[in-house]
Amino acid sequence: MNSSALDTVAGTPAAAPRAKPRTLKPGWFLVSPSVALLLLWMIVPLGMTVYFSLIRYNLLSPGENEFVGLENFEFFVTDPGFMPGALHTLTLVGSVLAISVIFGVLISALLEACEFWGRGIVRVLLISPFFIMPTVSALLWKNLIFHPVSGILAAIWRFFGAQPVDWLAHHPLMSIIFIVSWQWLPFAILILMTAMQSLDQDQKEAARLDGAGPIAIFWHLTLPHLARPIAVVVMIETIFLLSVFAEIFTTTSGGPGYESTNLAYLIYNQALLQFDVGMASAGGLIAVLIANIAAIILVRMIGKNLTDQQ
Amino acid sequence: MADLSIRNLQKGFDGHAIIQGIDLDVRDREFVVFVGPSGCGKSTLLRLIAGLEEVTSGTISLDGKDITDLAPAKRDLAMVFQTYALYPHMTVRKNLSFALDLARVDKATVKAKVDNAARILELERLLERKPKQLSGGQRQRVAIGRAIVRNPKIFLFDEPLSNLDAALRVQTRLELARLHKELKATMIYVTHDQVEAMTLADKVVVLNGGRVEQVGSPLDLYNHPANLFVAGFLGTPKMGFLRGTVGAVDGSSCEVQLEAGAKLTLPRQACGQKAGASVTLGVRPEHFNIVPAGEGQLQVVADVSERLGSDTYCHVRTANGEQLTIRVRGDFGPAYGQPLELAFDTAHCHLFDAAGVAIDKRSAAEQAA
Amino acid sequence: MLTLKQSRRLQSVVVGTLSWAVALLIFFPIFWMILTSFKTEMDAIATPPQLFFAPTLENYLHINERSDYFSFAWNSVLISFSATVLSMLIAVPAAYSMAFHESRHTKRTLLWMLSTKMLPPVGVLMPIYLLCKSMGLLDSRIALIVIYTLINLPIVVWMVYTYFKDIPVDILEAARLDGATTFQEIGRVLLPIARGGLASTMLLSLILCWNEAFWSLNLTSSAAAPLTALVASYSSPEGLFWAKLSAVSTLACAPILIFGWISQKQLVRGLSFGAVK
Repeated sequence: MNSSALDTVAGTPAAAPRAKPRTLKPGWFLVSPSVALLLLWMIVPLGMTVYFSLIRYNLLSPGENEFVGLENFEFFVTDPGFMPGALHTLTLVGSVLAISVIFGVLISALLEACEFWGRGIVRVLLISPFFIMPTVSALLWKNLIFHPVSGILAAIWRFFGAQPVDWLAHHPLMSIIFIVSWQWLPFAILILMTAMQSLDQDQKEAARLDGAGPIAIFWHLTLPHLARPIAVVVMIETIFLLSVFAEIFTTTSGGPGYESTNLAYLIYNQALLQFDVGMASAGGLIAVLIANIAAIILVRMIGKNLTDQQ
Repeated sequence: MADLSIRNLQKGFDGHAIIQGIDLDVRDREFVVFVGPSGCGKSTLLRLIAGLEEVTSGTISLDGKDITDLAPAKRDLAMVFQTYALYPHMTVRKNLSFALDLARVDKATVKAKVDNAARILELERLLERKPKQLSGGQRQRVAIGRAIVRNPKIFLFDEPLSNLDAALRVQTRLELARLHKELKATMIYVTHDQVEAMTLADKVVVLNGGRVEQVGSPLDLYNHPANLFVAGFLGTPKMGFLRGTVGAVDGSSCEVQLEAGAKLTLPRQACGQKAGASVTLGVRPEHFNIVPAGEGQLQVVADVSERLGSDTYCHVRTANGEQLTIRVRGDFGPAYGQPLELAFDTAHCHLFDAAGVAIDKRSAAEQAA
Repeated sequence: MLTLKQSRRLQSVVVGTLSWAVALLIFFPIFWMILTSFKTEMDAIATPPQLFFAPTLENYLHINERSDYFSFAWNSVLISFSATVLSMLIAVPAAYSMAFHESRHTKRTLLWMLSTKMLPPVGVLMPIYLLCKSMGLLDSRIALIVIYTLINLPIVVWMVYTYFKDIPVDILEAARLDGATTFQEIGRVLLPIARGGLASTMLLSLILCWNEAFWSLNLTSSAAAPLTALVASYSSPEGLFWAKLSAVSTLACAPILIFGWISQKQLVRGLSFGAVK
């Protein structure tokens, strides 16, 4: 990327024709392995996906790979699972983002409000779920918390004399949002808490001398200071939330019906359970499209924030 | 030997010309200081010499050898950075020996050279410490030591004192001057502080906007600034400037009518200005005298005064609002708003033409000498 | 009226109590999992749930009998470490170049790299699956290592770049003047200085690899399957051994959990791409 000889030749055509041995900067070759690999990683599978999406290709009926145009897309979009899948994907991403940002700000503000006994331990306890693998957290919630007979919630419901609820059967999407939020809220807390520590103490003290109460300080100083870290939280979480899979796979398998199916799970279902490569590829492309729309919006919003540091 | 010569050096960055054609010679054992306001290109020029930036056009040669495109390490130069740039993960000893270790110099020589540098800079007791455990001044000395160990042809200093507190800065300035003599070294030194430039340099290079404004010995520059920029940049407090027009001119003197009211006759053999041309008169604070009413040439009103004890700097305003500073004895302190009368030391006044170029007061014979 | 000191103390007690309550609530599932892993299967499904019981180690002792735990764990270790080392090897030169020899393409390249991370894995599931199948790499560790290297590369480059950006370029220039080649400059000056940041980057990469559950579930079945797949296999109906499941899960999460606790502070800086100091 740097100082390739071509750049300079093109850039300064009439410059004194000194033969310039480019000894000063190491070449672009240091960046190129990563770029090349990522390009390959993007282009090859994506190209294949595009190709597969345009042919009839089912592993159960080999040999009939004729070109079918946009038929796969049509089938995928009209599949009864598509609309719920797309909707659930957005609901999942939106809800988890909202929960982790709002509670993240509140909890980290609480922790940074003042010194108290055991703050270090509290911090460690709070961020722990982030390090738990998704399959574990899904099963943990499914069997030990949500279980309608011996789950913790059932016990609490019974304690108050209510009828225990079978959460994953009756409120599958909400339950999954709960599980995923539990995993990602700690990430938001971790980032926002650190951001709050960097808030200028002088500023706070000046505000206090100006007569600002804790709420005014939070609203006028802390929140604006958190704009960038919140952008980062939104960006990173979106990347991972768009492809939530293991949590659904291990708890509800997308059901009942399509009630907890997101696009990732729907495509997995098409591809590896029904062996319809063509349709799965079409679905994959639609998922990529949705992700890219989100990505463009995000990069527009906060990409500048990330690269213009300091 | 270490003769550096720079010819028509240019450096552009993103279409911005930062260095716009510089010619400069640095002689063996000379202490050269690049001075100028921030953004004048002095640091860039130093980095071009060091090889840390690529030259856009022009040449740099050392002892007749073209080093324009040579890698920094092959130029036989050492640099002391403003931030010291010590290797934080190495002890002082490792910091000092790193360059020699890279060059695969044998251990005994390395030890001898490191110990010698440590002795010169009084770092002996700090050799096993890490940079984190050193004070600012000690870090500074390690940075210099790192350069000494390499015994380079030229030492390059990039604002080396700017991160030190005032007292330490004065002390280190003296040490640097002593070091220059002891090592018989060639040094190029970048600073924005004109006191450092005046006190350290054999030769001062005043830079502005990527060009050389003037090159010369400190006193030469102080006494004979080539233009308004140099005149205003060197000297504290600053030289005062008064606008005026040329009156009568003859072979040995020239008359200047100041807008502030006074009319002066300056000794000038070759003025080269026509009557009526606009000029600027420059007078250093020490070249005014405050005189009893009626004996001086210019009426002013006292503004605030800064009393330093040894001297007093009186800031005054002329009738047309021009600001001047006058340096007087420490026991003199005019009241705010008090009218004063000034006399000029006309022999030491500077005159600049409309383009800001100095109209030299020396005779052609003096200049040749 | 309370004095200033009294009101400070009161605030501290209120904030402390609230914080502890929130923290215990959020940590509770993990606590419960660990607790359950020491119960007998009978205690584990008892209604109401038992807080006090006679602890037993039998679940841990029998883990390897029901499922070949150690082979799964070994796969996890091998795959995570290999992918992490590989991505570091590729990312460090790139990050060095972008941090210290910035060109006008650098920022765009960085953002583009991050955007590849936005590509949902499902979009390329089919081709990768078929490629692996045709190359005989289904259920192989190599496939997972390569894929994990690639999916973590953008984040690793970003993190390393962020840490490198914190290092004053002067120090590298000094090394260059001291005669260091690019290789020595990186190896003897840059990497030792950045070792804290590099360590936490590797840690994050390890965490992400260890916990990755899309590709491991889709591309492996037994031979190369890591712990995520082992745990997922307990979701099937015959796996109603909660105590044993909890023990396996605890074992699967413990190393990363402890790593994470130790390194939480360093993780933040890299994870937030420098947006947080």
